[in-house]
Amino acid sequence: MSTKVVMEALSPTMEEGRLVEWKKQEGETVAVGDVIAEVETDKAVMELVARAGGTLLKQVVPAGTTVPVSELVAVIGEPGEAVGAAVPETPKPAPKPAASAPNQPEPTREEPRQTSKPSAPPAPTVAPNGQGDGGRVKASPLARRIAAERGIDLGAVAGSGPEGRVVARDLEGAAARTGAPPAAAGTSAPPAPARRTVEGPAFTDVPLTQIRKTIAKRLAQSIGPIPTFYLTTEIDMERVAEAREALVAGGGEKVSFNDIVIKAVAMALRQHPACNAWWQDDRIRYWNEVHVSMAVAVEDGLITPVIRHADTKSLREIAAEARDLAGRARERRLKPEEYTGGTFSVSNLGMLDIDEFTAVINPPEAGILAVGRMAPQPVAHEGQVAIRRRMRVTMSCDHRVIDGATGAQFLKTLKAMLENPLALVY
Amino acid sequence: MATNQFDVIVVGGGPAGYVCAIRAAQLGLATAVVERDKLGGVCVNIGCIPTKALPHSAYVANLAAHDAKDLGVEVGAVKTDYGVAMRRSRKVSEQNSKGVEFLMKKHKISVIKGTGILGKNRSVKVGNDTYEAKKAIVIATGSRVKGIPQIGLDINKTTVISSDEALFLEQAPKTMVVIGAGAVGSEFADIFNAFGTKVTLIEVLPRILPFEDAESSDAITKSFKKRGIAVHAGAKVTKATVGKDKVTLEVEAGGKKETVEAEKVLMAAGRAVNTEGMGFQEAGVQLDERGFVKVNLATLETTAPGIYCIGDVAGPPMLAHKGSREGVVVAERIAGHKPHPIKYDNVPSVTYCHPEVASIGLTEDMVKERKLEYQVGRFPFSANGRARATNETEGFVKIIRDKKYGEILGAHIVGSHASEMIHELAVARENEYTVEEVDLAIHAHPTLSEATAEAALDSMGRVIHI
Repeated sequence: MSTKVVMEALSPTMEEGRLVEWKKQEGETVAVGDVIAEVETDKAVMELVARAGGTLLKQVVPAGTTVPVSELVAVIGEPGEAVGAAVPETPKPAPKPAASAPNQPEPTREEPRQTSKPSAPPAPTVAPNGQGDGGRVKASPLARRIAAERGIDLGAVAGSGPEGRVVARDLEGAAARTGAPPAAAGTSAPPAPARRTVEGPAFTDVPLTQIRKTIAKRLAQSIGPIPTFYLTTEIDMERVAEAREALVAGGGEKVSFNDIVIKAVAMALRQHPACNAWWQDDRIRYWNEVHVSMAVAVEDGLITPVIRHADTKSLREIAAEARDLAGRARERRLKPEEYTGGTFSVSNLGMLDIDEFTAVINPPEAGILAVGRMAPQPVAHEGQVAIRRRMRVTMSCDHRVIDGATGAQFLKTLKAMLENPLALVY
Repeated sequence: MATNQFDVIVVGGGPAGYVCAIRAAQLGLATAVVERDKLGGVCVNIGCIPTKALPHSAYVANLAAHDAKDLGVEVGAVKTDYGVAMRRSRKVSEQNSKGVEFLMKKHKISVIKGTGILGKNRSVKVGNDTYEAKKAIVIATGSRVKGIPQIGLDINKTTVISSDEALFLEQAPKTMVVIGAGAVGSEFADIFNAFGTKVTLIEVLPRILPFEDAESSDAITKSFKKRGIAVHAGAKVTKATVGKDKVTLEVEAGGKKETVEAEKVLMAAGRAVNTEGMGFQEAGVQLDERGFVKVNLATLETTAPGIYCIGDVAGPPMLAHKGSREGVVVAERIAGHKPHPIKYDNVPSVTYCHPEVASIGLTEDMVKERKLEYQVGRFPFSANGRARATNETEGFVKIIRDKKYGEILGAHIVGSHASEMIHELAVARENEYTVEEVDLAIHAHPTLSEATAEAALDSMGRVIHI
């Protein structure tokens, strides 16, 4: 019986791989564990390893081809065995639901919020391979149960068990790749309004890739346990200030600039999950929920109460909660669960007339935004020198988690949101 | 000096080392084993094998003395002779050690007699000869018994003995205190009890077999007490007076002090690893803070590149079968293969007392500690047809499953053949079968293994025979 070799997800973020070089030629003997081909992923050149032994019957794609994850690249079998049944007529097999989950409709992804252009990479689509013509996906009974429960397509998961069998641990990352909330799958209802809690797992653990391990090690050697770097940008706050004045004039809960910054940070984190993460030594925990810690000065110290699910709360809700938390923080009446579990921090010294500063990361969080004072500045505005209210923010990033460009993109989104505050309520 | 060169040199010929050597030879590597005593190591010579021969004698003694009459066999007065049983166990050990010698020859593995001392550049010195390993050295030097010198209980080999001496006694003592009620202590308590010794078993932790499930500990405690073994758990030896032909111990348990006298004290608490005087430091092989060789658990490589470490000396669990598996995996890695990683949470553990205790995975206490949602299934052998037919109704099968997915989190068997029965659950766990697959596999009737299927069913609320 022949075995198919598919493009495997060799890194958690890999959606496709370029087959750089065939290491085994057609007709060559292949043992389990042999390197069949070299594959260039989004990060590095890695090895595609045989999950079954036999003879390499066919190379389905020539070297140099870019192949989506889980699509067929080669066939291994007995010498002389016909490969016709295994190789589809057209190079791209029509996606079929995996045999193990015949009733699972195509997973629908949660739509990203349609405010500004999403700068996050497009969601990877899953091409169920079904391991061929309605054939079985090799998976352990436990893996099947977990997959059925979580709505994971087993055909799209690279198995690490014997003969490429999918075992439970292979599903840890896979849940995020398909990202299908089982209950919502298949419905074409419009996206639900902002929710208090996110369906599905609260976070996704991604084991460290080689490149991330090396980055972490080298940078930590160079600069200390948390290799931090800083990004500063200046934001035009004129429109936020106007909007706030209008809000305040309308009465009700008084919304502060800091509340607006927290809301904007939360919304921007949603678009940049790479910054909404925890360093966990052997993995990075990407949170699917946004919990913003806000630094509050108290007598002889500071504490960081957390505004949970800040991305789903209205400005007024955030304002009320921030006021309550800060008040109780100063009275030392916070419960432990109220100042732990944040996914990103905001620290504001603007009210103390600090122009700009750098804040110290609050581990295991990977980023903190230091907010300076808002002050009128002469700037070039629409071709004229104008006096506008400006504010400087500096983001401290844990380089093991966040790279320079990643942090910069997050700041760009944040800046765009604050300069066009309608984006916050869109 | 070509004959002094090998691809792989394994230091230590116990169950980890010799298995590693065989697998390496199978993969075409020129392999040598350095052994300073007998091939087979502690396991074959003064561990697993002889201590399994003796319980069988104990089993027969118990059968003849207590059960035979009910089974319709009258044997009259039962006379036991530990010396005879001991000499038989020695013969079994010798056969097995010879068997290992034969296996070395069969696979063309060179056996170097002597103590291997590691040198620089992957070399091993044995006596005046130096051997070079082209690919790798594998440390498999094992472990040994140790006493508790802090309370005056140094092993003097006459009144304070270890399992090493117990295995060579010519006769069973009249009275014996066994200190440490792990697998070794519980097995010897069981053996000497069957040979007529008045045994006192002392364990510092709150229950005997402290690493087994609490229900297993309870079952064995009951069984031991029924047979007249005095069991003191949660007990500390505060003072020891070692005389010429007796030892007096002061034992403190639950606030009460008691004096226990015995002809012999058997130290069955703890083992020390063999890491001294073999050039580890010079070769760059570091130890961890507990004294084991520091290894990368994914590769079993030590801090010295090209030097691997397996078995007891590489860290717990100190079990022969764990060492053997490490030997296979390391040999394959050295040969350039990519072996499947060892699942250290799926190593079965067995105690060969009567009834036997076997387990795999988590205990119920551990499951609670990890705050997992679980469901327990139990089936007593008293409800099993085969067990009733053979008059071996003590014990049970207990399966702890994950509530949501049915994953077998742990399994615990107390019973006359628990050691043989645990492997069904080891296979199930290794392949991620859930309780449902265990039940779906048809179990022959009448067998003890039906109790396993029933326990799986019970965990789903569908038990048939109770």
